[in-house]
Amino acid sequence: MSEAKDHSQEIAPAIEGWYTLDREQPHLVGARCDDCGTYYFPKTVSFCRNPDCDSEQFAETLLSRTGTIWSYTDASYAPPAPFPAQDPFEPFAIAAVELAKEKMIVMGQVATGIGPSQLHIGDPVELILEPHERTEGDLRWVWKWRPCATEAAS
Amino acid sequence: MSQEIAIIGAGMHPWGKWGRNFVEYGVHAARAALADAGISWREVGFVSGGATIRNGYPGQVAGATFAQALGWQGAEVNTSYAACASGSQALAAARSKILSGACEVALVVGADTTPKGFLAPASGYRPDDPDWVRFYLGITNPTYFALYARRRMDLYGDTEDDFGLVKVKNSQHGLTNPYARYRKAFSLDDVRASAMVADPLRLLNVCATSDGGAALIVCSLDYAKRLGKADAVKVAAVSTVTPTFASAVVEMPDIATDSAAADGIEAIRYRETIPRKAYEEAGIGPEDVSVAEVYDLSSALELDWYEDLGLCARGDAASLIREGATTLGGRLPVNPSGGLACFGEAVPAQAIAQVCELTWQLRGQAGDRQVAGAQVGITANQGLFGHGSSVIVKR
Repeated sequence: MSEAKDHSQEIAPAIEGWYTLDREQPHLVGARCDDCGTYYFPKTVSFCRNPDCDSEQFAETLLSRTGTIWSYTDASYAPPAPFPAQDPFEPFAIAAVELAKEKMIVMGQVATGIGPSQLHIGDPVELILEPHERTEGDLRWVWKWRPCATEAAS
Repeated sequence: MSQEIAIIGAGMHPWGKWGRNFVEYGVHAARAALADAGISWREVGFVSGGATIRNGYPGQVAGATFAQALGWQGAEVNTSYAACASGSQALAAARSKILSGACEVALVVGADTTPKGFLAPASGYRPDDPDWVRFYLGITNPTYFALYARRRMDLYGDTEDDFGLVKVKNSQHGLTNPYARYRKAFSLDDVRASAMVADPLRLLNVCATSDGGAALIVCSLDYAKRLGKADAVKVAAVSTVTPTFASAVVEMPDIATDSAAADGIEAIRYRETIPRKAYEEAGIGPEDVSVAEVYDLSSALELDWYEDLGLCARGDAASLIREGATTLGGRLPVNPSGGLACFGEAVPAQAIAQVCELTWQLRGQAGDRQVAGAQVGITANQGLFGHGSSVIVKR
């Protein structure tokens, strides 16, 4: 059953430990303060930044993988290094997404092929993984936001 | 006891892009401010410098660097780093020194030389550095300005032309300003025809980085009186407040806001808290303001500032630019200097340059760009690392 390997195929992350590598249902990996419940992304945190909380204990937690668009834009020109720009450069959209439970906004690129004219503030989006760059033969994947597939049929 | 100090001298080196040593620009500005004040360099008891982290060791000890360049004469020195607010932080240090009675006259000075092209982070694979992460993901400075601009469009109905009108206005204002780098009148068509950088912002909607230098001579009210300058422009407030947890807006260089999930925590917009403290300190309100210099890193951001300064209700800023209220001759001119649209940003000098402009405005010395009868001016800016400032000056 060598085919079974496809399902659990390991993929390499562009940034280690920041998101699960589940290609179907990926999550950003955050942290949550044990005392006050403040969420953090990225998860690296030593001291709670809530001014009323002096906790130093955090639990790793998966952040909501759906949210709503707070705002959006695009990169019309290739950003400078360390962005791994392809040649020729294809503009890509960027979204800032509000997570309801975490009460925070997390930015990310928008899925390939979706431009700003297809986005609106308040639209529901979900987290996906897409290739970001190829280094030493490994394709490295990153999180992106994709409008929820309400029109999947079309 | 009065919490006010007097501004008796203002001086600038023109903004541009020459790549010369920043000290040259700062000394030029300092000497111009001393000449404007009509005092000798030896009178200055405190040199308060805005740091420039891009100019190595001399930039990080800017106060001492300028004091030595002007000729050591025993003054005490201080260097402030607060990103875009460095100049205001340097002014705040000088004010504290003067109000405590530790010195009578201070020089506040900032200057910068900027590299060509994009500001990019140090190289290597460094995911622990948020600035590295956002560039790795393709998130540049204009990305953030564009996110704010898009919210204005989707929530308040602003249009790309509204942002264009800000650029058109500022380019008109700065046309004859001898210190401005860009002195060219742009039309709405010019803005529309410029390349999209970060949708909906075009090249002519975002500001450049520049070389430049600005300086102020500030002193106690007693000293000003003895000089025969009792009617000098006064600094009535300096706000350099940091944000209050939790941030409601994504801010450079972070890719996420704080979480407001904890009990008793709400999401707070930092930008509007900066002038609030300045108004409280000066004991005045937005209705008293006659002229403002705000940080138009993008032309859409200038509209955000109208609301953050309380010049209009949230969401109403575009009507001010459409009516011409913030154009010279309107009821509340904003950026009569031409703003960053005409200057480009010289980080440690910019907040000081804003105060220089307001000083000339309140003295009635602003020439073609004079705001008639200006009595109260306010500045506003916000930069990286939780730094921002607002200064109020009055007659």
